[in-house]
Amino acid sequence: MRLKIPTNFRIVRLPCTGKLDLIHVLRSFEKGADGVFAVGCMEGDCHFNQGNFRARKRIEQAAQLLDKVGVGGERVRMYNLSSGEGPLFAQYATEMVELIKKLGPNPIKQMKQKKTDAAAA
Amino acid sequence: MIIAEKKPIEEIIEEVKDFDRILVLGCNECVTVCEAGGKKEVEVLASALRMYFITQGKEKTIGERTLERQCDHEYLEEIRGNIDDYDAVISLACGVGVQFCAEKYLEMPLLPGVNTVCLGANEDRGLWTERCQACGTCVLARTGGICPVSRCAKRVLNGPCGGSTGGKCEISKDTDCAWQLIVDRLKALDKMDDYEKVAPIKDWSTDRAGGPRTVTREDVKI
Repeated sequence: MRLKIPTNFRIVRLPCTGKLDLIHVLRSFEKGADGVFAVGCMEGDCHFNQGNFRARKRIEQAAQLLDKVGVGGERVRMYNLSSGEGPLFAQYATEMVELIKKLGPNPIKQMKQKKTDAAAA
Repeated sequence: MIIAEKKPIEEIIEEVKDFDRILVLGCNECVTVCEAGGKKEVEVLASALRMYFITQGKEKTIGERTLERQCDHEYLEEIRGNIDDYDAVISLACGVGVQFCAEKYLEMPLLPGVNTVCLGANEDRGLWTERCQACGTCVLARTGGICPVSRCAKRVLNGPCGGSTGGKCEISKDTDCAWQLIVDRLKALDKMDDYEKVAPIKDWSTDRAGGPRTVTREDVKI
């Protein structure tokens, strides 16, 4: 299966999406990521029972917090699929990349860049 | 344990916006267990504040530190060396920790990052419920281990009152009638004789009515 997926996102592998913490998402934005999406197993199919439900809650918390700090909660999303659904992963990745392109760059990154440019000038 | 809830980020931002160097100070005890003010919450709040101030074009220093406890001298002393690097401290400890820290560092503005709610138990994931009001004179031996002071809205000591219907309290259909729970438990313990005994007037001087309370233990004092 040679699927075409966008090349402008980085995959961070976790043993289970339940390992995803709120701070991981926030740090990604602090470090300049324009968006974050978590891809977990289908709801009800978690090997650890609740891992993907925990991840969903944390993504929701991240969205709320990012809205309040001016970064934008729509930059984070949670998707669910089974490990056999490669084409769906490609579809979600494309969907997310298109969404982020529409939203534009992360304002944190923009502000930091402005500061660097001002210092260089 | 002491149960606390995170304050809304907007409220915290409003309190700290005029300070340039802010320390977010967590506590490893009760507030860690109730997910309001432990190391993780310190990291999250500090990160959120950093992002907020960057988007506002402001330059701030946000420090992070979590102490073993904020209600003990020895742990609070750990920050004495670098507390002067900051203009304000947001303490994520309960009200006790915030105050103890404020007493120790007189000239440092101390801001609470959580609302301290009650003494309670972790009933379920994400659910904490009150169990004790620290009234200072425990009556649990007589009431089957269910506290009428903290769990009865009227603190009735010879209950139930007329507002008990179907095992629920009149204040809310979601609130159990403490006296229904007491009767159920006394029945299970085969101690309904205890229910027949009229409780004497409770000494409320050990509660807040007697002013701030102190415990002095001569046997452990040095």
